[in-house]
Amino acid sequence: MEAAAEPGNLAGIRHIILVLSGKGGVGKSTISTELALALRHAGKKVGILDVDLCGPSIPRMFGAQGKAVHQCDRGWAPVFLDREQSISLMSVGFLLEKPDEAVVWRGPKKNALIKQFVSDVAWGELDYLVVDTPPGTSDEHMAAIEALRAYQPLGALVVTTPQAVSVGDVRRELTFCRKTGLRVMGVVENMSGFTCPHCTECTSVFSRGGGEELARLAGVPFLGSVPLDPELMRSLEEGHDFIREFPGSPTFTALISIAQKILDVTPACLP
Amino acid sequence: MEEVPHDCPGADSAQAGRGASCQGCPNQRLCASGAGATPDPAIEEIKEKMKTVKHKILVLSGKGGVGKSTFSAHLAHGLAEDENTQIALLDIDICGPSIPKIMGLEGEQYVEDNLGVMSVGFLLSSPDDAVIWRGPKKNGMIKQFLRDVDWGEVDYLIVDTPPGTSDEHLSVVQYLATARIDGAVLITTPQEVSLQDVRKEINFCRKVKLPIIGVVENMSGFICPKCKKESQIFPPTTGGAELMCQDLEVPLLGRVPLDPLIGKNCDKGQSFFTDAPDSPATLAYRSIIQRIQEFCDLRQSKEENLINS
Repeated sequence: MEAAAEPGNLAGIRHIILVLSGKGGVGKSTISTELALALRHAGKKVGILDVDLCGPSIPRMFGAQGKAVHQCDRGWAPVFLDREQSISLMSVGFLLEKPDEAVVWRGPKKNALIKQFVSDVAWGELDYLVVDTPPGTSDEHMAAIEALRAYQPLGALVVTTPQAVSVGDVRRELTFCRKTGLRVMGVVENMSGFTCPHCTECTSVFSRGGGEELARLAGVPFLGSVPLDPELMRSLEEGHDFIREFPGSPTFTALISIAQKILDVTPACLP
Repeated sequence: MEEVPHDCPGADSAQAGRGASCQGCPNQRLCASGAGATPDPAIEEIKEKMKTVKHKILVLSGKGGVGKSTFSAHLAHGLAEDENTQIALLDIDICGPSIPKIMGLEGEQYVEDNLGVMSVGFLLSSPDDAVIWRGPKKNGMIKQFLRDVDWGEVDYLIVDTPPGTSDEHLSVVQYLATARIDGAVLITTPQEVSLQDVRKEINFCRKVKLPIIGVVENMSGFICPKCKKESQIFPPTTGGAELMCQDLEVPLLGRVPLDPLIGKNCDKGQSFFTDAPDSPATLAYRSIIQRIQEFCDLRQSKEENLINS
């Protein structure tokens, strides 16, 4: 049996949430980013660990691309977004010499880096650590879960789009969660419809109904639907805080509601 | 032939099979055993099997969810409209095999007489089964698909890949290296978050000497079905695929707009072309497919000239 984990660099982290999908391109990094910004909006200190080694999207979404990671006595210092250190980030994106350099690694090398990301980043005190993952159910996911298991993650947020093709992959991700003993906090349905800015007609661009159906099939909570908003896309491209800048958007309302549900199910910490 | 794990020490080096980057490579055991110069015998076997396959096209991205499987499926449908052309579609996305659903297949492997499909999705007994495999096991499956499937006489083999630049991609390029891949089609959306991954994929192709047929920009604009006005759901904040293609000197094969009927048809496992033959998306697809055919024909005639000269 394994001994209790050395708390080390994760000692100051109250709650760990993994954002998973199975399917690519559904908005895991988007949801990770917006959840972090929404939790900050609610006064929390949040870190994001980006374990997508081939397609690290997180740095750009915060406008932090090109920032360097420095060594400190406890390991790597995460990239802080502001002086208050309300949001801190770690991603392989910060370690690449050239942004267009492809990380062409096989599984075992990816595993090794992810273990390091979990144990060697000096996160300090955080209310939440959000772990953004790549699509699939493979090396990165197993490495992250194995490395984090001893710290008892709060659970996983599973992201899908409304399409059956997405639900088809995400069902397998839910099996993965079950097999690895990772609690599923709920399903988020992203890209749920687009409201035409010219005539306000709402179109189901990527079909409809998948999120709720998935939650029902798997017996997990449905946390909400997030509609498409080009201003959200633009904010992510340009590294702006959508939560601060677009409080009137229905997408803002959806994201804040999801963050609130996370806050509601977070156990209060013992003193 | 170039071996391609990043930092590969070289099959005949003292570190062969022993280095950190050797882990997971299909040749690791061979290299470590000292049979350094001997490549995986499967590569020769695959080359033999591929002799009856005229053209091989990889559909790549780097980024997930941009429409690789949707594009692969419709490339297959488009090419298969000529009944005299034999098409095979191979889905090597082992964790997220979307092709069976998009092609409307439950277990049977033929969509039409001239369009056959292979996917790990067919080997899973339940839609909830998760394929939780590490790299080496995924490589083994890909090797099996290429070596043990009886492809027969095929005009086009289309290989749909998962997102990323990892085991699956290295394996398929290594196993097909001697069988000659015509080239890769790279799919992106207009967003920078997608382009930044696709640039990496372009660099991957160059590193492994995989010819690039061109880039397709998917989800490029949306026409409201009610008022018919165009919006950009995914704004090209950094110039979209057009600027990236100019910068990196790769052809832009075309732009496919968002049409809600595409998603609906994929969900039903039907060809979008049949449902919406006049959609701007259908027209865009057809033009792109034609350019891909032209690329393959040109490559073939160049090779024939070389042989005959």
